[in-house]
Amino acid sequence: MMDFSFAKEYQLFRRMVREFCESEVRPLAKAIDREHRVPHETISKAAKLGLMGVPFPQEYGGMGGGEIGYCILAEELGRVCSSTATVIGAHIGIAAMSIHLDGTEAQKRKYLVPLAQGTAIGAFGLTEAQAGSDAAAIKTTAVRDGNQFVLNGAKVFITNGDIADVIVVMAVTDPSLGAYGGITAFIVETGTPGFSIGSLENKMGIRGSSTAECVLQDVRVPRENVLGQFGAGFLTFMKSLDIGRASLGAACLGGAQAALEASIQWAKAREQFGVPIATKQSVYFMVADMAVEIEALRSLVYRTAWLIDTHQPHVMEAAYCKLFGSEAAGRCINKAMLIHGALGYSRDYEIERGWRDQRIAEIYEGTSEIQRIVIASNLFRPYGVRIPT
Amino acid sequence: MDLTISEDQLMFKKMFADFCTKEIRPKGEHIDQAEEPPVELLQKAVDQGFWAALVPEEADGAGMDVYTYMLMLEELARADMSTALTLSVHNSLVVKPLLDHGTDEQKEAYLPGLACGEMLGAFALSEAGAGSDAAALRSTASAVKTTAKQRSSGTPQDDGDYLLNGTKAWVCNGSLAGLTLIFARAAGGITAFLVEKETPGLKIGYREKTLGLRGVACNTLYLDNVRVPSCNRLGDEGQGLKIALEALDLSRLGMGAMALGGMERALEEAVKFSLEHIQFGVPIAQKQTIQNYIANAKAEIEALRSLVTYTAWLADTGHRRNGLPSAQALGTPQDLSTQASIVKLFGGRAAYEVTHKMLQVHGGYGYMKEYAIERYYRDCRALEIIEGTSQIQQFLIARDIYKAEGLEIRP
Repeated sequence: MMDFSFAKEYQLFRRMVREFCESEVRPLAKAIDREHRVPHETISKAAKLGLMGVPFPQEYGGMGGGEIGYCILAEELGRVCSSTATVIGAHIGIAAMSIHLDGTEAQKRKYLVPLAQGTAIGAFGLTEAQAGSDAAAIKTTAVRDGNQFVLNGAKVFITNGDIADVIVVMAVTDPSLGAYGGITAFIVETGTPGFSIGSLENKMGIRGSSTAECVLQDVRVPRENVLGQFGAGFLTFMKSLDIGRASLGAACLGGAQAALEASIQWAKAREQFGVPIATKQSVYFMVADMAVEIEALRSLVYRTAWLIDTHQPHVMEAAYCKLFGSEAAGRCINKAMLIHGALGYSRDYEIERGWRDQRIAEIYEGTSEIQRIVIASNLFRPYGVRIPT
Repeated sequence: MDLTISEDQLMFKKMFADFCTKEIRPKGEHIDQAEEPPVELLQKAVDQGFWAALVPEEADGAGMDVYTYMLMLEELARADMSTALTLSVHNSLVVKPLLDHGTDEQKEAYLPGLACGEMLGAFALSEAGAGSDAAALRSTASAVKTTAKQRSSGTPQDDGDYLLNGTKAWVCNGSLAGLTLIFARAAGGITAFLVEKETPGLKIGYREKTLGLRGVACNTLYLDNVRVPSCNRLGDEGQGLKIALEALDLSRLGMGAMALGGMERALEEAVKFSLEHIQFGVPIAQKQTIQNYIANAKAEIEALRSLVTYTAWLADTGHRRNGLPSAQALGTPQDLSTQASIVKLFGGRAAYEVTHKMLQVHGGYGYMKEYAIERYYRDCRALEIIEGTSQIQQFLIARDIYKAEGLEIRP
């Protein structure tokens, strides 16, 4: 019998996360946005609660919550602070996740355990100045020298880049082989000589997360830090990104939910023409439309999380979550701003921040356009049509 | 959480898909052009249990749960939207209220006929002046009074009979129906009546000419002193609106499943066309704009599928209240009927947008009647209107949200 309900442990977990978000995350959200600073104090508190390793097995320091648990965390964080959701999301969803998916036993012991426990922070180094949507065009190189590899290049837009202890770096190991066979993933300790931080981005939103340029100059990485099969780095990051996309949908769900909650309250409190504006069709229709998109997204996100946890095909579903989720959240926050009027435009209020924060969801970890390519290429594949990007 | 489809459900799904693809799909174009309900096809569907979807197995029905019933409507819609609507009205709006509110005698009298294909059901609620505002209906049900003379002369006792008068608009299945559920205003308020075909005074009026769903018999119904015995009153006097709205909950969820089937068919047609149609030396499927339309459609379809699945699960497990995690969150619907409105609103809009874009993929061909997308575009347009417009769903959703906040929202 089909069961769409959440097990007791997940309900308790959500309650715990909700309390943490309300008491620790929400109060800082405004300040970290304004001050453009990463909330380190929140991260260490999250680590103490085990939140930095929610999806991973307990034997590797995780909480054993799987993707469903991780989506619950992402949704709740997204509801109160997209910056914190981004810091923790990049750490769990792509950095630690790639080691969880493709790491050897020794790598997991050495790196996944501290990441999951939150004693180390992770980042994921794929994007370069000329390699965004076209990720296979990366130029960073890794050349073998005895039992080491020497990495050279520069990564840009790396979330957590400057606060990370460990960064998973994609580098070209054989330019003649291209994406499949020519790219390898490496686990790099950021204390390694030659690793440095270039510029930090000054962003429109998610300002409480840091986005750094990471420069690799003759960075020596031991051979045992090759992550996954040599030459199969492209597969490693695609797998990690697929899973990350589902949780991004969850974070968007939280963001949209926050926009709805604020709109409900404001429209009820705000009186014009002698009545609460909530009683006007133009306003309450917008509220209803937000609720509709949120319910659709909620069922989509958790259906996808269930597919991931039960090891079923999920690549397309994760892309639906990212595409539909980010765009639905955009429509919701936009309506919320309309309902709030000038107040929504004010920097003193959370709607303005939500509006700026949402915009990145359609861009990072694969733009909406890339999600459409993922979906269309999978749809057309059975017909023997290869979709060129 | 476990969203695995059961063996039974899987078997049903396969059976639906087989029958609908083989029998119904090839007739879709003809049904539309002839503008006639597919009477023979509907009879063939009887053996598949399509007329008795919700009737329990003990009563010789198919005994489908809500989720399976949604699979049925989805597959029907993929094959032909008119046939899907005909059977949705029959099952959701006539059989279901009879099962829920009928007396044993009423069920005995009508269920077998409804289930075995002898009697198609119709639902007569709307009137010219009572669409979204259903409670404004003006058809009357007046109690028949026996005169003293009749009583003394020993004429058969007819106390408690009703005389129905008025005009019902847009009655789906109107001219085909063996049994029509008619709503009229009695002394105690709006009341539901089970009215048999050929009851004197029940006249089938104008057959509407419609934009789409042309294979649905959509008629005006005239009630001219239609005499209905009190034993054919469904529920009590004054319960009619409640009965109608409850039935509409299920049928709105069904509209979501129909939207899903319609969108899937539109996508299928567009994918096929984009592979065959060569422009600038390549199939247009190679062009990003076409791929984007296709990808967007697919994402909408899967979001809707998740929503229909979730809501069907709520209905099947008897959750009147939302079972999902953010249940405590503000703005989460507290009521299954609101959830059905959400499905209807999302589905109706998505179906319109998706068929619009899938027609665009076809270019000029999409405007031609030999392409199924032309029909689906017209058919799906109805989903934002029938069984509660999108605007009424918006109202119902907002009303539920603000009810929890102690604020009354009016339409």
